[in-house]
Amino acid sequence: MLDVRLALDAFDPATEIAAFNTRHHHAGGIVTFLGQVRDSGGVEALELQHYAPMTLPGMEELARITHARWPVEGLLILHRSGVMHPGDAIVLVCAAARHRRDAFAAADFAMDHLKSESWFWKREKTAKGWRWIEPRPEDREDLSRWG
Amino acid sequence: MAKLVFLGRLEDVAGMGEMSVQPGPVEHVLASLDPALAVQLLGEKVRMALNGALLTDVGGVVLAEGDELAFLPPVSGG
Repeated sequence: MLDVRLALDAFDPATEIAAFNTRHHHAGGIVTFLGQVRDSGGVEALELQHYAPMTLPGMEELARITHARWPVEGLLILHRSGVMHPGDAIVLVCAAARHRRDAFAAADFAMDHLKSESWFWKREKTAKGWRWIEPRPEDREDLSRWG
Repeated sequence: MAKLVFLGRLEDVAGMGEMSVQPGPVEHVLASLDPALAVQLLGEKVRMALNGALLTDVGGVVLAEGDELAFLPPVSGG
């Protein structure tokens, strides 16, 4: 029902999505969001760092809150940690519900909170070397949508 | 011993991800560090977690043998 995982190695989104869809083949609607490493700005690699005692427990709590707020029949939150390259999958959220609006809202809510509140620190590698990325104000604004 | 954990950019400031320290009051532990590092660790946006639980106030916290105190700069999302 709630499937929350932290992936330390690359995962295949197509395989994960197909398995989720099979598990929830009775749901009226499934919304899938895939975030991947952008190929722009000379970024050669992206590293996400996590903190084991807090990162996965925080994601599990987010899944419980999302489930309490919308009547989803299934929810997958799968997030990478480690070094990635342009085109690699970073995060996959799948929400299955009886009606589409609940699936859209649950996936959107989970993503906004993953981006702004989950325990990940990000750095980018360009020709100049590695640089830590500071939080963006937009991420906080995205959260305010949910009251 | 107790352990300090430095996440994100704090790892670069410290020059390491983890550091073993003598157990004791957090104030004493911080006072024993390089002042340049201590200033960064006490930055207003840096949060602290003791054994995986966020602290609201570090005042009066005493690190025991085996405790892990993590310094968490603002998260930068996935």
